Amino acid sequence: MPSIEQQLREFVVNNFLFGQGGDQLSNRDSFLEKGIVDSTGVLELVAFLEEQYQIKIDDEELVPANLDSIDNLVRFIEKKSPTTR
Amino acid sequence: MCGIAGTLNFDGEKINPDLLRQMITMIRYRGPDDINVYTAGPMGLAHARLSIIDLEGGRQPMHNEDKSLWITFNGEIFNYVELRKELVGKGHRFRTQSDTEVLLHLYEEKGEDCVRELNGQWAFAVWDEKARRLFLSRDRMGVRPIFYTVTDRAFVFGSEIKTVLAHPDVGREMDLRALDQIFTFWYTLPPATIFKGIQELPPGHSMTVEDGKVRIRRYWQPGYGRNSGLVTEQDYADRLVELLVDATRLRLRSDVPVGAYLSGGLDSTVITTLIKRFTDTPLKTFSVTFDDPEFDESVYQKEVIRCLETDHQAVRCTHQDIGRFFPEVVWHTEKPVLRTAPAPLYLLSRLVRDNGYKVVLTGEGSDEILGGYDIFKETKIRRFWAAQPDSRIRPLLLKRLYPYLPNLQSQSAAYLQAFFHVKPEDRFDPFFSHIPRWDLTARIKLFFSEGVRSHLKSYDAYEDMRRRLPAEYFGWDGFSQAQYLETAHLLPGYILSSQGDRMAMAHSVEGRFPFLDHRVVEFASTIPPRLKMKVLDEKYILKLAMGNRIPASIKKRPKQPYRAPEAQSFIGGKQPVRHAYVEELLSKERIEKDGIFQPEAVQKLVEKIRGGQTVGIKDNMALVGILSTQLVVDQFIRNFNRRSVDAVD
Repeated sequence: MPSIEQQLREFVVNNFLFGQGGDQLSNRDSFLEKGIVDSTGVLELVAFLEEQYQIKIDDEELVPANLDSIDNLVRFIEKKSPTTR
Repeated sequence: MCGIAGTLNFDGEKINPDLLRQMITMIRYRGPDDINVYTAGPMGLAHARLSIIDLEGGRQPMHNEDKSLWITFNGEIFNYVELRKELVGKGHRFRTQSDTEVLLHLYEEKGEDCVRELNGQWAFAVWDEKARRLFLSRDRMGVRPIFYTVTDRAFVFGSEIKTVLAHPDVGREMDLRALDQIFTFWYTLPPATIFKGIQELPPGHSMTVEDGKVRIRRYWQPGYGRNSGLVTEQDYADRLVELLVDATRLRLRSDVPVGAYLSGGLDSTVITTLIKRFTDTPLKTFSVTFDDPEFDESVYQKEVIRCLETDHQAVRCTHQDIGRFFPEVVWHTEKPVLRTAPAPLYLLSRLVRDNGYKVVLTGEGSDEILGGYDIFKETKIRRFWAAQPDSRIRPLLLKRLYPYLPNLQSQSAAYLQAFFHVKPEDRFDPFFSHIPRWDLTARIKLFFSEGVRSHLKSYDAYEDMRRRLPAEYFGWDGFSQAQYLETAHLLPGYILSSQGDRMAMAHSVEGRFPFLDHRVVEFASTIPPRLKMKVLDEKYILKLAMGNRIPASIKKRPKQPYRAPEAQSFIGGKQPVRHAYVEELLSKERIEKDGIFQPEAVQKLVEKIRGGQTVGIKDNMALVGILSTQLVVDQFIRNFNRRSVDAVD
């Protein structure tokens, strides 16, 4: 089974980059600075996380510190859903 | 309103009238009432006429008394009655009652400066037989188009690009820099068009072709910050309404009945009100309604119809209609578009024509000259927030600004700050107002193929735009800078062309725009920004000027930008939609063959939409942009000869 990092990377590359330039996206790259997500993108990301990892994300958690890079996402998911580790 | 075309051979070879006839026939929908050509040795002019003024006498190309000057003219000179009186006083003799003949005599009298006297919307060419000189001019705001190209042997021009492409010496190749511009700004930067080597005469410019040389001269451009000498709010409001009444009155000059578009918004309500209250013209109004309540404004339309008691007709636009008519729409826009918004206007002009009308007045231009667009409000809020980036209250204003964008409502301040570029240093960027929009749009260049990207590696659309700004731009306040970008670029490059002239003329309908009377535009540029937008009340001065003459519900209603259903019109999500041309043009094989986009990326986008996932602004723009680009390639580059046979038949 792919790791959380691999699952998240695949989602971001397919859904926001349409398969383009995934090899140039590092785990630390900011989605905002790279222009990868727009306002709809944040909601798409949240819908994916909630469904994939069976978690509930509160409005206060919708901040770049949780969602703005693959590294941030991995940390956030591991914190929210320790069993997925 | 009409269509024009012409050719001047540099080598002296005689013009073949059949070629001219073929060129003008490509756009006969612009003037189905009459087609004529005039040739004189190496020079030829062609005209397709939509008769509106002097139905009997206004045939073109038209000559002066001694046949030394010939004109082909698309447009209207609204102050022709006054100009004619002056010219008669100076000894000019007229054979017709048309505005065309007035233009011809005015050119005789004033030469190239004649355009400064005109109140109107025009694109015309005058052939001066004695001087062997061709003079062409386009109106100040860019209401009417002229495209041209210079080949080794000839100068070729026409109202639309397809007339120029019909000339056998003209090649058909996409200009990738122009494509980059559209995928950044929504429009090309004049004189570029989406076709390599074909240019447009920019608004407010004239040109001469003489001895094989082309000379282009600007005679007008928007400017801001001049002092009108007025003091109170009421002074400004009174002057505005006085000018608008006169601009509307002049635009009702016609020998055929005149109608009006009614969107349910403030601007078209103002124009309809002015016609009803200040003239005795019987008025028929037309509107488009949508099945989808997200886009529909019929509640407000009904309110205006009830108050003003107009005779009204509406056309209902469905997702299916947009998908079905989109190839025709792109045949008329002649360039890729990132929105489907032209399509409902295509249906609306058909409704007008089917009701026997040829002329409509609309509220176009008000948002640009009086600061009505959300982008002006957004810029004000961003600037206010950027002054105190840590404020928790200020970002809430952005949510209030876009109640119709549900995705924005659930965003945290940190995200809003990033999306809207709210950093203190951003405030000094000359493109501060437009950076969020352009940056977002430019993301869809992700779909460009490797080949296209490599071709564009050294091209920077922002820098290109920056180089074209007038020196004064950098001295204007931020509100005026934003207004300039909207008025000088978006208005002619998209609103008046792709949504305006091209959609109306597709069904032989002429649009007239009182807000774009140059006296109104010049006066509006002197109105202080604080009166255009009072705190966050857009077009405050217009509402003050109209007072109780318009329904209070229209004055108070939240601004809703004109939008139409996008991706779901072509692919559908949960409700599948199928159009054979969409499947063909977006197929992996076709995308690969045309070479502009990355086939795998396009497939993933299509799958995403088909899968019924949430599709945001960016994905919608990408799909519409890719599909319309593929349609341009299909109709203008690959199959132009076949398409032009259809057009001529």
